[in-house]
Amino acid sequence: MTTTSATARRTALYERHVELGARMVEFAGWEMPVQYSGILAEHQAVRSAAGLFDLGHMGEVEFDGPDAEAFLQWTTTNDVSLLQPGQAQYSLLPNETGGVVDDIIVYRKTGDAKAYFVVVNASNRERDVAWWQELRSRRGDLDVTVTDVSDRTGMIAIQGPNAELISVKVTDAELPAIEYFTWTSATVAGVEAMIARTGYTGEDGFEFYSSYDDIAAIWDALLVAGSDDGLVPVGLGARDTLRLEARMPLYGQELGDDISPYEAGLGWAVKLDAKEFVGREPMAATKASKPKRRTVGFTTIERSGAPRTHCKVFAGDAEIGEVTSGAFSPTLQKNIGLALIQREYAGVGKPLHVEIRGKRVSAEQAKTPFYKREQ
Amino acid sequence: MTAPENRKYTKTHEWVLVDGTTAVLGITDVAQNELGDITYLELPEAGESVTSGEPFGVVESVKAASDVYSPIDGEVIERNDEAVDAPELINQSPYEKAWLVKVKLNDPSQVDALLSSSDYDTFAAEQMG
Repeated sequence: MTTTSATARRTALYERHVELGARMVEFAGWEMPVQYSGILAEHQAVRSAAGLFDLGHMGEVEFDGPDAEAFLQWTTTNDVSLLQPGQAQYSLLPNETGGVVDDIIVYRKTGDAKAYFVVVNASNRERDVAWWQELRSRRGDLDVTVTDVSDRTGMIAIQGPNAELISVKVTDAELPAIEYFTWTSATVAGVEAMIARTGYTGEDGFEFYSSYDDIAAIWDALLVAGSDDGLVPVGLGARDTLRLEARMPLYGQELGDDISPYEAGLGWAVKLDAKEFVGREPMAATKASKPKRRTVGFTTIERSGAPRTHCKVFAGDAEIGEVTSGAFSPTLQKNIGLALIQREYAGVGKPLHVEIRGKRVSAEQAKTPFYKREQ
Repeated sequence: MTAPENRKYTKTHEWVLVDGTTAVLGITDVAQNELGDITYLELPEAGESVTSGEPFGVVESVKAASDVYSPIDGEVIERNDEAVDAPELINQSPYEKAWLVKVKLNDPSQVDALLSSSDYDTFAAEQMG
């Protein structure tokens, strides 16, 4: 069954998902697979073997020109000047009021030019590009081009302990030499691609970028290459439980226009002292005055359904915040969640109550990430 | 899977198996398939009453929580604790091992208004498209 509207966009792999028996849902205006065999089985496959993800809905934006570095320094929170050719960096696109328009990954292109390839969330693509264009128009002094290349770019990911041994079968690239948060260009399954050691699951793995038309060749080759090593296609359902166990933020839940990076636990991606950037002053003010809220992890300690986004959180009778993400953790076999709460109540081991379907359920703040792979 | 012929069905995807003045309630194969992997089940205890058209339990999958509606009025005489402890039984055996509650019926004629197995199969096929 599909629950999508007629206007939803399809990725280059849509027909393959249907043939694989995926259940398709609408997500951020795209018709995407939420599951194939089942969310639990797909989640376990990524933790124990490998999973293949269609990320064709994600947005990609290129920054070129002599002042590309200066422009990204001014419009992102992390320090772009630290990037060597072929390196990548998690960063934030700030607004002017101390919040966040999107969380992004900035890849510095190879070669001598300081040019960049930036991956953004599907749900934010249009407004990110509009914001960057607006900011560019304010800086006539900077010579930079901002190009939305999403429509001509394909993206997939392979994640899990077997990701590398499967991927080496489809490329001549020296994969073991690709360190975490670096990338290389290579021929993969006969087509030109970018291979990055990045991901959103807490496992080792790679993200592949190619032209829109070529991405299916890489997808097909990986599925065949991984058939003896437990590789299965994985939908958005397991992608969400995997990233939550690894405590990776999801824009719109842990991050938003009115949530400071310091409240979201992402202050490490904000380099206040390295440079001037849009929204720096309000972010600095939040940091200096100590953020009023903090994002904490918790597990429920009495039997209940799973906590869900927007469930209210209490300490005693006082309402102190709400759940940003929650789920039954397939790895831990218990309910886990993240909540944005008043800072004075935060602390590992401290009790909370979470209102789940009208009932206040006992919970305890927990260390995050909930899951960390063995190195 | 077609719905077993020996029971009655609802448009909210529950089944009822009647034996004299008692009934066993559960959710259909279509419902469990639509929900996906079930991770949590909440059911009333013996002695609690159920009301036609009202929720009596919660079935929760990784994706979402759904109410389970009673198609009849009555009093719970037994609940399936095995299914509460291992909710994945609902995915594996929705019509047999994962029955939910046994109910003493207030009015056995209430069941007559429910769907037959063939009517339910037709309804579910149309709804799932």
